[in-house]
Amino acid sequence: MSRDSVGKILLVAFSLCVVCSVMVSSTAVALKDKQQTNVAKDRKRNVLVAAGLVTPDQADVDVDAYFENIEARVYDLDTGKVADVKAADFDAEKALKAEPHAIPAGVPGGDKVKARSKQQVVYLVKTKEGALDAVVLPIQGLGLWSTLKGFLALEADLVTVRGLVYYDQKETPGLGGEVDNPIWRAQWPGKKLFDADGSYHFTVVKGPASGGDPHKADGISGATITCNGVDGMLRYWMSADGYGPVLENLGKGVKRDG
Amino acid sequence: MAKVTEVLTRPVFNENPIALQILGICSALAVTSQLVPTVVMCISVTLVTAFSNLSIAAIRNQIPSSIRIIVQMTVIASLVIVVEQVLKAYAFDTYKKLSVFVGLIITNCIVMGRAEAFAMKNPPFISFLDGLGNGLGYSVVLLVVAVIRELFGSGKLFGHTILSSVNEGGWYFPNGLMNMPPSAFFIIGFFIWVLRSLKPDQVEEE
Repeated sequence: MSRDSVGKILLVAFSLCVVCSVMVSSTAVALKDKQQTNVAKDRKRNVLVAAGLVTPDQADVDVDAYFENIEARVYDLDTGKVADVKAADFDAEKALKAEPHAIPAGVPGGDKVKARSKQQVVYLVKTKEGALDAVVLPIQGLGLWSTLKGFLALEADLVTVRGLVYYDQKETPGLGGEVDNPIWRAQWPGKKLFDADGSYHFTVVKGPASGGDPHKADGISGATITCNGVDGMLRYWMSADGYGPVLENLGKGVKRDG
Repeated sequence: MAKVTEVLTRPVFNENPIALQILGICSALAVTSQLVPTVVMCISVTLVTAFSNLSIAAIRNQIPSSIRIIVQMTVIASLVIVVEQVLKAYAFDTYKKLSVFVGLIITNCIVMGRAEAFAMKNPPFISFLDGLGNGLGYSVVLLVVAVIRELFGSGKLFGHTILSSVNEGGWYFPNGLMNMPPSAFFIIGFFIWVLRSLKPDQVEEE
Protein backbone atom coordinates (compact mmCIF):
# COMPACT_ATOMS: atom_id res chain seq x y z
CA MET A 1 0.00 0.00 0.00
CA SER A 2 1.51 3.34 -0.94
CA ARG A 3 2.04 5.93 1.77
CA ASP A 4 -0.54 8.34 0.38
CA SER A 5 -3.31 5.95 -0.61
CA VAL A 6 -6.75 6.42 0.93
CA GLY A 7 -6.52 3.09 2.70
CA LYS A 8 -3.23 4.00 4.32
CA ILE A 9 -4.54 7.41 5.40
CA LEU A 10 -7.55 5.83 7.07
CA LEU A 11 -5.42 3.11 8.66
CA VAL A 12 -2.88 5.57 10.10
CA ALA A 13 -5.55 7.97 11.32
CA PHE A 14 -7.56 5.20 12.93
CA SER A 15 -4.68 3.46 14.68
CA LEU A 16 -3.23 6.77 15.89
CA CYS A 17 -6.58 7.71 17.42
CA VAL A 18 -6.87 4.35 19.16
CA VAL A 19 -3.35 4.54 20.60
CA CYS A 20 -3.75 8.15 21.74
CA SER A 21 -7.18 7.66 23.28
CA VAL A 22 -6.02 4.59 25.20
CA MET A 23 -3.05 6.58 26.49
CA VAL A 24 -5.13 9.59 27.52
CA SER A 25 -7.96 7.65 29.11
CA SER A 26 -5.73 5.27 31.02
CA THR A 27 -3.84 8.23 32.53
CA ALA A 28 -7.10 9.92 33.45
CA VAL A 29 -8.49 6.79 35.08
CA ALA A 30 -5.26 5.94 36.89
CA LEU A 31 -4.93 9.42 38.39
CA LYS A 32 -8.59 10.06 39.16
CA ASP A 33 -8.48 9.14 42.86
CA LYS A 34 -5.44 11.29 43.47
CA GLN A 35 -7.03 14.24 41.67
CA GLN A 36 -10.27 13.96 43.60
CA THR A 37 -8.32 13.88 46.86
CA ASN A 38 -6.63 17.09 45.75
CA VAL A 39 -9.91 18.80 44.90
CA ALA A 40 -11.43 17.75 48.23
CA LYS A 41 -8.33 18.93 50.09
CA ASP A 42 -8.41 22.25 48.27
CA ARG A 43 -12.04 22.71 49.24
CA LYS A 44 -11.30 21.92 52.88
CA ARG A 45 -8.36 24.32 52.80
CA ASN A 46 -10.64 27.09 51.59
CA VAL A 47 -13.01 26.36 54.46
CA LEU A 48 -10.07 26.88 56.82
CA VAL A 49 -9.09 30.12 55.07
CA ALA A 50 -12.65 31.44 55.30
CA ALA A 51 -12.76 30.56 58.98
CA GLY A 52 -9.50 32.46 59.46
CA LEU A 53 -7.66 29.37 60.74
CA VAL A 54 -4.95 29.46 58.06
CA THR A 55 -3.69 32.24 55.80
CA PRO A 56 -4.11 31.87 52.04
CA ASP A 57 -0.40 31.40 51.25
CA GLN A 58 0.43 29.22 54.22
CA ALA A 59 2.27 26.19 52.86
CA ASP A 60 2.06 22.58 54.06
CA VAL A 61 -1.15 22.91 56.02
CA ASP A 62 -2.21 19.68 57.68
CA VAL A 63 -5.82 20.11 56.62
CA ASP A 64 -7.07 16.96 58.32
CA ALA A 65 -5.64 17.97 61.70
CA TYR A 66 -7.66 21.20 61.60
CA PHE A 67 -10.73 19.28 60.49
CA GLU A 68 -10.75 17.31 63.74
CA ASN A 69 -12.43 20.34 65.27
CA ILE A 70 -14.75 20.90 62.34
CA GLU A 71 -18.00 19.07 61.90
CA ALA A 72 -19.42 18.92 58.38
CA ARG A 73 -23.18 18.49 58.31
CA VAL A 74 -25.56 18.26 55.39
CA TYR A 75 -28.57 20.47 55.99
CA ASP A 76 -31.93 20.50 54.28
CA LEU A 77 -32.27 24.19 53.47
CA ASP A 78 -36.08 24.29 53.33
CA THR A 79 -36.54 22.93 56.83
CA GLY A 80 -33.21 23.96 58.31
CA LYS A 81 -32.82 20.45 59.71
CA VAL A 82 -29.87 18.09 59.38
CA ALA A 83 -30.46 15.76 56.44
CA ASP A 84 -29.82 12.04 56.53
CA VAL A 85 -26.76 12.24 54.27
CA LYS A 86 -23.11 11.88 55.21
CA ALA A 87 -21.12 15.02 54.39
CA ALA A 88 -18.35 12.88 52.90
CA ASP A 89 -20.78 11.38 50.37
CA PHE A 90 -22.42 14.68 49.47
CA ASP A 91 -21.62 16.17 46.09
CA ALA A 92 -23.06 19.66 45.73
CA GLU A 93 -22.74 19.72 41.93
CA LYS A 94 -24.57 16.41 41.54
CA ALA A 95 -27.24 17.43 44.03
CA LEU A 96 -27.85 20.64 42.10
CA LYS A 97 -28.28 18.76 38.84
CA ALA A 98 -30.42 15.99 40.30
CA GLU A 99 -32.87 18.11 42.27
CA PRO A 100 -32.54 21.85 41.77
CA HIS A 101 -34.51 24.25 43.89
CA ALA A 102 -35.80 27.04 41.66
CA ILE A 103 -35.66 30.31 43.50
CA PRO A 104 -39.02 32.07 43.57
CA ALA A 105 -39.20 35.53 42.02
CA GLY A 106 -38.91 38.40 44.45
CA VAL A 107 -36.50 36.77 46.87
CA PRO A 108 -33.79 39.36 47.59
CA GLY A 109 -30.69 38.60 45.56
CA GLY A 110 -32.44 35.63 43.95
CA ASP A 111 -31.63 36.89 40.44
CA LYS A 112 -27.92 36.50 41.24
CA VAL A 113 -28.21 32.90 42.33
CA LYS A 114 -30.91 31.43 40.03
CA ALA A 115 -30.92 27.91 41.45
CA ARG A 116 -29.50 25.97 44.36
CA SER A 117 -29.47 22.38 45.52
CA LYS A 118 -31.98 21.41 48.18
CA GLN A 119 -29.18 20.42 50.55
CA GLN A 120 -25.84 21.97 51.41
CA VAL A 121 -22.83 21.02 53.51
CA VAL A 122 -22.33 23.39 56.41
CA TYR A 123 -19.07 23.33 58.35
CA LEU A 124 -19.31 23.91 62.09
CA VAL A 125 -16.01 25.01 63.57
CA LYS A 126 -15.80 24.00 67.23
CA THR A 127 -13.54 25.18 69.99
CA LYS A 128 -11.47 22.54 71.85
CA GLU A 129 -14.24 22.40 74.47
CA GLY A 130 -16.81 21.61 71.78
CA ALA A 131 -18.64 24.96 71.75
CA LEU A 132 -19.53 26.54 68.41
CA ASP A 133 -16.75 28.87 67.23
CA ALA A 134 -17.75 29.67 63.66
CA VAL A 135 -20.00 28.46 60.86
CA VAL A 136 -18.72 28.16 57.30
CA LEU A 137 -21.42 28.29 54.62
CA PRO A 138 -20.83 27.51 50.93
CA ILE A 139 -22.25 30.28 48.75
CA GLN A 140 -22.33 30.91 45.04
CA GLY A 141 -23.80 33.46 42.67
CA LEU A 142 -23.34 35.19 39.36
CA GLY A 143 -20.79 37.92 38.79
CA LEU A 144 -20.11 39.42 35.38
CA TRP A 145 -18.78 36.42 33.42
CA SER A 146 -18.90 33.52 35.77
CA THR A 147 -20.42 31.93 38.80
CA LEU A 148 -18.44 32.89 41.88
CA LYS A 149 -18.15 30.01 44.32
CA GLY A 150 -16.94 30.61 47.81
CA PHE A 151 -17.32 30.26 51.54
CA LEU A 152 -18.79 32.73 53.99
CA ALA A 153 -17.70 32.20 57.58
CA LEU A 154 -19.82 33.63 60.40
CA GLU A 155 -18.86 33.97 64.03
CA ALA A 156 -20.81 31.99 66.61
CA ASP A 157 -23.28 34.89 66.99
CA LEU A 158 -24.32 34.17 63.34
CA VAL A 159 -24.28 37.92 62.67
CA THR A 160 -20.62 38.86 62.41
CA VAL A 161 -18.56 37.85 59.39
CA ARG A 162 -15.40 35.87 60.09
CA GLY A 163 -14.24 35.79 56.49
CA LEU A 164 -15.28 35.54 52.84
CA VAL A 165 -13.32 33.50 50.31
CA TYR A 166 -13.98 32.74 46.67
CA TYR A 167 -12.22 29.58 45.53
CA ASP A 168 -13.61 29.44 42.01
CA GLN A 169 -14.31 32.46 39.82
CA LYS A 170 -13.47 33.55 36.29
CA GLU A 171 -14.07 37.29 36.56
CA THR A 172 -11.85 39.78 34.70
CA PRO A 173 -8.33 39.55 36.16
CA GLY A 174 -7.41 42.86 37.79
CA LEU A 175 -11.04 44.03 38.04
CA GLY A 176 -13.67 41.56 39.22
CA GLY A 177 -10.91 39.02 39.79
CA GLU A 178 -9.76 41.24 42.67
CA VAL A 179 -12.31 39.48 44.90
CA ASP A 180 -9.30 37.20 45.43
CA ASN A 181 -7.11 40.10 46.54
CA PRO A 182 -6.10 39.68 50.20
CA ILE A 183 -6.36 43.44 50.73
CA TRP A 184 -9.99 43.48 49.63
CA ARG A 185 -10.73 40.33 51.60
CA ALA A 186 -9.21 41.80 54.76
CA GLN A 187 -12.16 44.19 55.19
CA TRP A 188 -14.66 41.37 55.75
CA PRO A 189 -13.88 40.10 59.26
CA GLY A 190 -16.02 42.00 61.74
CA LYS A 191 -18.73 43.09 59.28
CA LYS A 192 -22.24 42.60 60.60
CA LEU A 193 -24.91 41.24 58.27
CA PHE A 194 -27.92 41.68 60.52
CA ASP A 195 -29.43 44.38 62.73
CA ALA A 196 -30.10 43.85 66.40
CA ASP A 197 -33.67 42.76 65.59
CA GLY A 198 -32.36 40.05 63.26
CA SER A 199 -33.32 41.73 59.97
CA TYR A 200 -30.80 41.76 57.12
CA HIS A 201 -28.83 45.00 56.92
CA PHE A 202 -25.78 44.92 54.68
CA THR A 203 -24.70 46.50 51.39
CA VAL A 204 -21.62 46.30 49.21
CA VAL A 205 -21.25 49.97 48.28
CA LYS A 206 -19.61 51.49 45.23
CA GLY A 207 -15.94 52.32 45.72
CA PRO A 208 -14.25 52.85 49.06
CA ALA A 209 -17.19 54.43 50.83
CA SER A 210 -17.96 52.18 53.73
CA GLY A 211 -16.01 54.41 56.16
CA GLY A 212 -15.74 51.70 58.79
CA ASP A 213 -19.49 51.11 58.90
CA PRO A 214 -19.90 47.42 59.88
CA HIS A 215 -23.03 47.19 57.72
CA LYS A 216 -21.24 48.22 54.53
CA ALA A 217 -18.35 46.80 52.50
CA ASP A 218 -16.19 48.60 49.95
CA GLY A 219 -16.85 47.65 46.37
CA ILE A 220 -14.09 47.24 43.79
CA SER A 221 -13.57 50.05 41.28
CA GLY A 222 -14.28 48.87 37.75
CA ALA A 223 -16.06 45.78 38.97
CA THR A 224 -19.58 47.01 39.69
CA ILE A 225 -21.32 43.93 38.33
CA THR A 226 -19.09 41.52 40.25
CA CYS A 227 -19.72 43.52 43.43
CA ASN A 228 -23.46 43.53 42.76
CA GLY A 229 -23.13 39.76 42.52
CA VAL A 230 -21.37 39.61 45.88
CA ASP A 231 -24.03 41.85 47.41
CA GLY A 232 -26.88 39.86 45.84
CA MET A 233 -25.57 36.48 46.81
CA LEU A 234 -25.06 37.53 50.46
CA ARG A 235 -28.62 38.84 50.50
CA TYR A 236 -29.95 35.63 49.01
CA TRP A 237 -28.02 33.14 51.10
CA MET A 238 -28.89 34.99 54.31
CA SER A 239 -32.60 35.14 53.39
CA ALA A 240 -35.36 32.75 54.44
CA ASP A 241 -35.02 30.97 51.08
CA GLY A 242 -31.26 30.55 51.61
CA TYR A 243 -29.64 29.61 54.91
CA GLY A 244 -32.33 31.42 56.98
CA PRO A 245 -33.88 28.27 58.47
CA VAL A 246 -30.45 26.70 59.06
CA LEU A 247 -29.19 29.78 60.88
CA GLU A 248 -32.36 29.90 62.92
CA ASN A 249 -31.84 26.30 63.96
CA LEU A 250 -28.17 26.81 64.74
CA GLY A 251 -28.93 30.05 66.50
CA LYS A 252 -31.22 28.63 69.15
CA GLY A 253 -29.83 30.03 72.33
CA VAL A 254 -27.63 32.50 70.45
CA LYS A 255 -28.31 36.05 71.46
CA ARG A 256 -28.40 38.31 68.40
CA ASP A 257 -26.86 41.40 69.85
CA GLY A 258 -26.00 42.88 66.48
CA MET B 1 28.91 11.83 19.76
CA ALA B 2 29.73 15.33 18.59
CA LYS B 3 26.41 15.46 16.78
CA VAL B 4 24.53 14.48 19.93
CA THR B 5 25.99 17.34 21.96
CA GLU B 6 25.43 19.72 19.12
CA VAL B 7 21.75 18.81 18.68
CA LEU B 8 21.26 19.17 22.40
CA THR B 9 23.06 22.47 22.95
CA ARG B 10 22.57 24.35 19.69
CA PRO B 11 18.95 25.34 20.46
CA VAL B 12 19.94 26.75 23.86
CA PHE B 13 21.93 29.75 22.64
CA ASN B 14 22.77 29.52 18.95
CA GLU B 15 19.29 28.72 17.71
CA ASN B 16 17.15 29.56 20.69
CA PRO B 17 13.50 29.06 19.74
CA ILE B 18 12.33 32.18 21.58
CA ALA B 19 15.28 34.51 20.90
CA LEU B 20 16.09 33.59 17.31
CA GLN B 21 12.85 32.15 15.94
CA ILE B 22 10.56 34.23 18.22
CA LEU B 23 8.34 31.20 18.88
CA GLY B 24 6.44 30.40 22.06
CA ILE B 25 6.20 34.02 23.19
CA CYS B 26 2.63 33.78 24.50
CA SER B 27 3.32 31.44 27.39
CA ALA B 28 6.61 33.27 28.06
CA LEU B 29 4.52 36.35 28.86
CA ALA B 30 1.78 34.61 30.75
CA VAL B 31 3.40 32.28 33.26
CA THR B 32 6.62 34.08 34.20
CA SER B 33 5.51 36.36 37.02
CA GLN B 34 6.60 33.74 39.57
CA LEU B 35 9.33 31.12 39.47
CA VAL B 36 7.51 28.06 40.73
CA PRO B 37 4.86 27.94 37.96
CA THR B 38 7.59 28.87 35.46
CA VAL B 39 9.74 25.89 36.41
CA VAL B 40 6.75 23.55 36.15
CA MET B 41 5.87 25.05 32.78
CA CYS B 42 9.46 24.63 31.52
CA ILE B 43 9.57 20.99 32.57
CA SER B 44 6.18 20.35 30.95
CA VAL B 45 7.10 21.99 27.64
CA THR B 46 10.50 20.25 27.54
CA LEU B 47 8.96 16.83 28.14
CA VAL B 48 6.16 17.40 25.63
CA THR B 49 8.60 18.60 22.94
CA ALA B 50 10.99 15.70 23.57
CA PHE B 51 8.36 12.98 23.57
CA SER B 52 6.35 14.37 20.68
CA ASN B 53 9.55 14.46 18.63
CA LEU B 54 10.34 10.90 19.71
CA SER B 55 6.93 9.48 18.81
CA ILE B 56 6.60 11.39 15.55
CA ALA B 57 10.10 10.41 14.45
CA ALA B 58 9.28 6.79 15.27
CA ILE B 59 6.29 6.74 12.93
CA ARG B 60 7.59 9.30 10.43
CA ASN B 61 7.84 6.77 7.60
CA GLN B 62 4.22 5.71 8.09
CA ILE B 63 2.61 9.15 8.20
CA PRO B 64 0.87 10.04 4.91
CA SER B 65 1.98 13.55 4.02
CA SER B 66 -1.59 14.75 3.40
CA ILE B 67 -2.54 14.28 7.05
CA ARG B 68 0.85 14.80 8.71
CA ILE B 69 -0.08 18.06 10.47
CA ILE B 70 -3.18 16.61 12.10
CA VAL B 71 -1.23 13.49 13.07
CA GLN B 72 1.39 15.67 14.79
CA MET B 73 -1.34 17.67 16.46
CA THR B 74 -3.05 14.54 17.80
CA VAL B 75 0.20 13.21 19.26
CA ILE B 76 1.01 16.59 20.85
CA ALA B 77 -2.49 17.09 22.22
CA SER B 78 -2.50 13.62 23.80
CA LEU B 79 0.85 14.24 25.46
CA VAL B 80 -0.32 17.59 26.80
CA ILE B 81 -3.47 16.07 28.27
CA VAL B 82 -1.34 13.43 29.99
CA VAL B 83 0.92 16.17 31.41
CA GLU B 84 -2.15 18.11 32.56
CA GLN B 85 -3.59 15.07 34.33
CA VAL B 86 -0.28 14.36 36.06
CA LEU B 87 0.02 17.96 37.26
CA LYS B 88 -3.55 17.88 38.52
CA ALA B 89 -2.69 14.80 40.55
CA TYR B 90 0.77 15.70 41.83
CA ALA B 91 1.14 19.50 41.73
CA PHE B 92 -2.38 20.74 42.27
CA ASP B 93 -1.56 24.26 43.51
CA THR B 94 0.75 24.98 40.59
CA TYR B 95 -1.79 23.43 38.24
CA LYS B 96 -4.35 25.96 39.49
CA LYS B 97 -1.92 28.84 38.93
CA LEU B 98 -1.01 27.71 35.42
CA SER B 99 -4.69 27.02 34.67
CA VAL B 100 -5.32 27.31 30.96
CA PHE B 101 -1.66 27.63 29.96
CA VAL B 102 -0.94 23.94 30.45
CA GLY B 103 -3.60 23.14 27.86
CA LEU B 104 -2.19 25.85 25.62
CA ILE B 105 1.14 23.96 25.32
CA ILE B 106 -0.70 22.24 22.46
CA THR B 107 -0.58 25.46 20.48
CA ASN B 108 2.99 26.32 21.49
CA CYS B 109 4.68 26.78 18.12
CA ILE B 110 7.97 25.30 19.37
CA VAL B 111 6.46 21.85 19.85
CA MET B 112 4.84 21.63 16.45
CA GLY B 113 7.68 23.50 14.76
CA ARG B 114 10.21 20.90 15.88
CA ALA B 115 7.91 18.01 14.98
CA GLU B 116 7.48 19.33 11.45
CA ALA B 117 11.00 20.65 10.88
CA PHE B 118 13.10 17.98 12.59
CA ALA B 119 11.25 14.86 13.71
CA MET B 120 9.69 14.22 10.28
CA LYS B 121 13.19 13.88 8.76
CA ASN B 122 15.34 12.32 11.50
CA PRO B 123 15.46 9.08 13.48
CA PRO B 124 13.83 8.88 16.93
CA PHE B 125 16.80 9.20 19.28
CA ILE B 126 18.30 12.31 17.73
CA SER B 127 14.79 13.82 17.44
CA PHE B 128 14.25 13.18 21.11
CA LEU B 129 17.45 15.10 21.89
CA ASP B 130 16.42 17.90 19.57
CA GLY B 131 13.13 18.19 21.45
CA LEU B 132 14.97 18.18 24.76
CA GLY B 133 17.37 20.88 23.51
CA ASN B 134 14.61 23.13 22.26
CA GLY B 135 12.73 22.68 25.50
CA LEU B 136 15.88 23.72 27.36
CA GLY B 137 16.28 26.75 25.10
CA TYR B 138 12.72 27.77 25.91
CA SER B 139 13.38 27.13 29.62
CA VAL B 140 16.53 29.30 29.72
CA VAL B 141 14.63 32.34 28.46
CA LEU B 142 11.63 31.72 30.68
CA LEU B 143 13.76 31.27 33.78
CA VAL B 144 15.71 34.48 33.10
CA VAL B 145 12.45 36.38 32.63
CA ALA B 146 10.88 34.82 35.73
CA VAL B 147 13.90 35.55 37.96
CA ILE B 148 13.84 39.22 36.94
CA ARG B 149 10.07 39.51 37.20
CA GLU B 150 9.65 37.82 40.55
CA LEU B 151 12.67 39.55 42.09
CA PHE B 152 11.71 43.07 41.06
CA GLY B 153 7.94 42.57 40.95
CA SER B 154 7.49 41.10 44.40
CA GLY B 155 10.99 41.02 45.90
CA LYS B 156 11.02 37.24 46.10
CA LEU B 157 12.61 34.20 44.50
CA PHE B 158 10.72 30.89 44.62
CA GLY B 159 8.41 32.61 47.13
CA HIS B 160 11.28 33.37 49.55
CA THR B 161 11.72 37.04 50.38
CA ILE B 162 14.96 38.52 49.01
CA LEU B 163 14.11 42.22 48.97
CA SER B 164 11.59 42.82 51.75
CA SER B 165 8.79 44.82 50.19
CA VAL B 166 7.01 47.88 51.57
CA ASN B 167 3.71 45.93 51.82
CA GLU B 168 5.36 43.62 54.31
CA GLY B 169 7.02 46.39 56.25
CA GLY B 170 10.35 46.35 54.41
CA TRP B 171 12.15 48.96 52.31
CA TYR B 172 11.74 47.71 48.75
CA PHE B 173 8.99 49.33 46.69
CA PRO B 174 7.94 46.61 44.19
CA ASN B 175 7.85 47.49 40.52
CA GLY B 176 4.23 46.90 39.53
CA LEU B 177 5.04 46.68 35.84
CA MET B 178 7.00 43.49 36.50
CA ASN B 179 3.81 41.75 37.64
CA MET B 180 2.10 42.53 34.34
CA PRO B 181 2.60 40.38 31.22
CA PRO B 182 4.00 43.25 29.06
CA SER B 183 7.16 43.43 31.21
CA ALA B 184 8.12 40.02 29.81
CA PHE B 185 8.17 41.64 26.37
CA PHE B 186 10.77 44.16 27.51
CA ILE B 187 12.88 41.52 29.22
CA ILE B 188 12.77 39.18 26.22
CA GLY B 189 13.65 42.19 24.07
CA PHE B 190 16.74 42.89 26.20
CA PHE B 191 17.61 39.20 26.20
CA ILE B 192 17.55 39.13 22.39
CA TRP B 193 19.56 42.38 22.24
CA VAL B 194 22.28 41.00 24.52
CA LEU B 195 22.34 37.66 22.72
CA ARG B 196 22.62 39.23 19.27
CA SER B 197 25.33 41.65 20.40
CA LEU B 198 27.36 38.67 21.59
CA LYS B 199 26.55 36.59 18.50
CA PRO B 200 26.20 39.07 15.62
CA ASP B 201 25.52 36.27 13.11
CA GLN B 202 22.00 36.00 14.59
CA VAL B 203 21.07 39.45 13.35
CA GLU B 204 18.70 39.23 10.38
CA GLU B 205 20.01 40.74 7.15
CA GLU B 206 18.34 43.90 5.99
